[in-house]
Amino acid sequence: MPELIVYGIVLGSIIALGAIGLTLVYGILRFANFAHGDLMTAGAYIALFLVTVLFPWLDIPDTTFGSLSFGWRMVLAFPIVMACVAIAAILFDRILYRPLRMKRSGPVILAMSALGASFIIRMIVLILWGADSLFYRPGVLRPAIELPHEIKIRPDQILILVTVLFLVALLYLFLKRTKMGKAMRATADNMELARVSGIDTEKVIIWTWGIGGALAAAGGVLYGIDVQLHPGMGWHFLLPLFAATILGGIGNMYGALIGALVMGVAQQVSTAYLLPTYKPAVAFMVMIIILLVRPQGIFGGGRA
Amino acid sequence: MRVLEVRNLTSGYGETDILQEVSIQLHEKEIISIIGPNGAGKSTLLKTIFGILKPRQGFVRLQDEEITGLSPDRIVRKGMSYVPQVDNVFPSLTIQENLEMGAFVRTDDYRYRLREVYELFPILKERSTQKVGSLSGGQRQMVAMGRALMLDPKVLLLDEPSASLAPLLVEMIFEKIVDINKTGVAIVVVEQNARETLKISDRGYVLAMGQKVFEDTGKAILENEEVGKLYLGG
Amino acid sequence: MEIGGYIAYFVSWAIWAGIFAVFALGLNIQWGYTGLFNIGIAGFFCIGAYTSALITTPKPTGIYAQYVQQIFGLNLPFILGILGAALVCGFIAYLIGYPTLRLREDYLAIATIGIAETVRLVFNNYHKLANGPRGLMGLPQPLQGLVDPRHYDYIYLVIVLAIMVVIYLSIERAIRSPWGRVLRAIREDEIASAMSGKDIFRFKMQSLIFGSMIMGVGGALYAHYTKAISPDVFTPLYGTFIIWIMLMAGGSGNNKGAILGAFVIWFIWTIGAKVLTDLLPYTLKARAPYIRYLIIGILLEIILIYRPQGLMGEEKRISKMID
Repeated sequence: MPELIVYGIVLGSIIALGAIGLTLVYGILRFANFAHGDLMTAGAYIALFLVTVLFPWLDIPDTTFGSLSFGWRMVLAFPIVMACVAIAAILFDRILYRPLRMKRSGPVILAMSALGASFIIRMIVLILWGADSLFYRPGVLRPAIELPHEIKIRPDQILILVTVLFLVALLYLFLKRTKMGKAMRATADNMELARVSGIDTEKVIIWTWGIGGALAAAGGVLYGIDVQLHPGMGWHFLLPLFAATILGGIGNMYGALIGALVMGVAQQVSTAYLLPTYKPAVAFMVMIIILLVRPQGIFGGGRA
Repeated sequence: MRVLEVRNLTSGYGETDILQEVSIQLHEKEIISIIGPNGAGKSTLLKTIFGILKPRQGFVRLQDEEITGLSPDRIVRKGMSYVPQVDNVFPSLTIQENLEMGAFVRTDDYRYRLREVYELFPILKERSTQKVGSLSGGQRQMVAMGRALMLDPKVLLLDEPSASLAPLLVEMIFEKIVDINKTGVAIVVVEQNARETLKISDRGYVLAMGQKVFEDTGKAILENEEVGKLYLGG
Repeated sequence: MEIGGYIAYFVSWAIWAGIFAVFALGLNIQWGYTGLFNIGIAGFFCIGAYTSALITTPKPTGIYAQYVQQIFGLNLPFILGILGAALVCGFIAYLIGYPTLRLREDYLAIATIGIAETVRLVFNNYHKLANGPRGLMGLPQPLQGLVDPRHYDYIYLVIVLAIMVVIYLSIERAIRSPWGRVLRAIREDEIASAMSGKDIFRFKMQSLIFGSMIMGVGGALYAHYTKAISPDVFTPLYGTFIIWIMLMAGGSGNNKGAILGAFVIWFIWTIGAKVLTDLLPYTLKARAPYIRYLIIGILLEIILIYRPQGLMGEEKRISKMID
């Protein structure tokens, strides 16, 4: 059981990267981005391309760091992938969602557009890489470290936790200390008033998509490192992502983080009683319960 | 000197016109009131002046510069600020951060202005790190006005500043409006509470059914029984 | 191909299009007329298909029971299979509607995704229910013995089209009634409708159930045409997304539009398949379905931005009085 909880925290931290981006976008634009999971997929696969195609071609060395399962290639790929998906997310907004916003389309039409975008991303991945599961480093041994209470954890997973902590801390500082960060929080509170104060809300929206996309990409890559890559991985994350976001209160970044950790642990603990394939159903059940009992999320302040 | 000139303004929502050819003027250092019954178009007037609504007809000039139909974020850079009636603060941001957002378009060192605004509203200084969402109605209204003042505006538009405030606070708010005016800001106040606002106004306009039906000095309107009976509920 | 071959292909094509049209009609009630964003169509598709399958096949006995597990098998005729599918779907819709219909529209959408996924997971993992991932095969077809198996499709086409027309007419009738007018009012302005005293929740529930029952019928029609079903058929891709595109393309809020959309999109889909398999080099042929989906996905985005009302737009006059 303790091991399940520990792995649940690892999984939860990966979910958190997606959920935080999702809640930021949801909070400012009031629209359910059904394509967010697939932004994670995009990140994972772009990293795959870099690590298995481009970097070998550029003769970047492949040696792994100690007991981790990756080396310089992945370290180099990580920020590049985050930047790529950030740009992709911004482009999706400019091309698909913004025209609908300008036309004052309802939330359902916007969500439908996001749904279409999610399929488009998934199809592109399927066309380029096929339907099989892939790995960044096939056939690697994954030695585990033993911790007290018979908890085993892999070095990769420790690094995942560190990375997520680092990214979340960065985001916190950004939102709390920088002008754009505060403008983002202000716009999430009250977009009309933000405009009235002279804030360039279009710029805020672009930054939001960029950050959301970058974080999602990071989550996708980390998942790929920890488990595997498959084209449906984003869709697979969708329910836990939304459950985490709703649990934490829409627009609440810390809520999304906690919500994601809860979802991760809940899903892992459920495998003690149910088949692992039922994990999405567990996420769904948790979400339904929250929606019925406290739709504004545990921390409130979310839009019910 | 005319700091704000509005001539024959016609505007509304969708197909219907709420304002019909309304003209008002605001001079430097003046306080003017826009009063009248519900639905007269008072808020619509402010929103059209500030660019939230686009007028079908007429023009708006700020210090002899035409600003008709410009978007709010352009107008705010030209020296006019607006305080909406509701949803006029950022609740999850602190008082300090709300004021900083007010100064968003400034590129200079505005700490002097922060001090000046805190001098106007001392109680805000004490709680500057508190989230605005947890403040009382009166304090929130002060934050709303403070935010608008951060840009050193020449003209301040206030939409029903005393709405939903307890009577004691109403008095306080109007005192603050006078204080703000003393620092050199010309103010347009839209109000349901005609009596209080006319007391502090140099001049006033009475709107009814989207049209200007009366204009005079603040004192004169207060003493005018007929206007009082017809439009201001006696 | 000689003429006979072309006709046979066309008949098969029309059966598929007709089945999808039934789904589109069901979705139209929920989305087109009531504004319910149901992304869980695949769930009802699945339940409808499996219910009909379980009702119309016998429970496996003897040696057979070692290979196929079913929770029940009634071996009843096709008509009861379809009815059963509709009723079970309607009932499940009722159960689902209770917790979810009071939610905001986008939350409802997420809930429906969850439901569809859960349904699929259950059918896939609870083997005793309907044979798990292997699914059920050998499903009977109505009026099977009547003609030469080579010509059976004609009969099935008639059945499908007849059912489609019956459903179309019932919906048209329902929409023009006072009930239908309330649905439209709810979609336009929920708050105003609530203020005029209508029990919004009940109407939404009725719409959800009605639409789901129709989708159940579609599922049954699907099952008995393909004669074999398994959980991986009912994916969000195939079971849900394509029907949404059909409705959006044809015109949501318009029953003729729903049918037209189904036929048009199915046409593009199948022609696209033919064209792509001819054009693509050998190595890419396996990816052809994905390319098709990509094109359809892009098509949806284009429709949403440039012509959200679809080909036919919403029906303007829906009151018997005005006509």
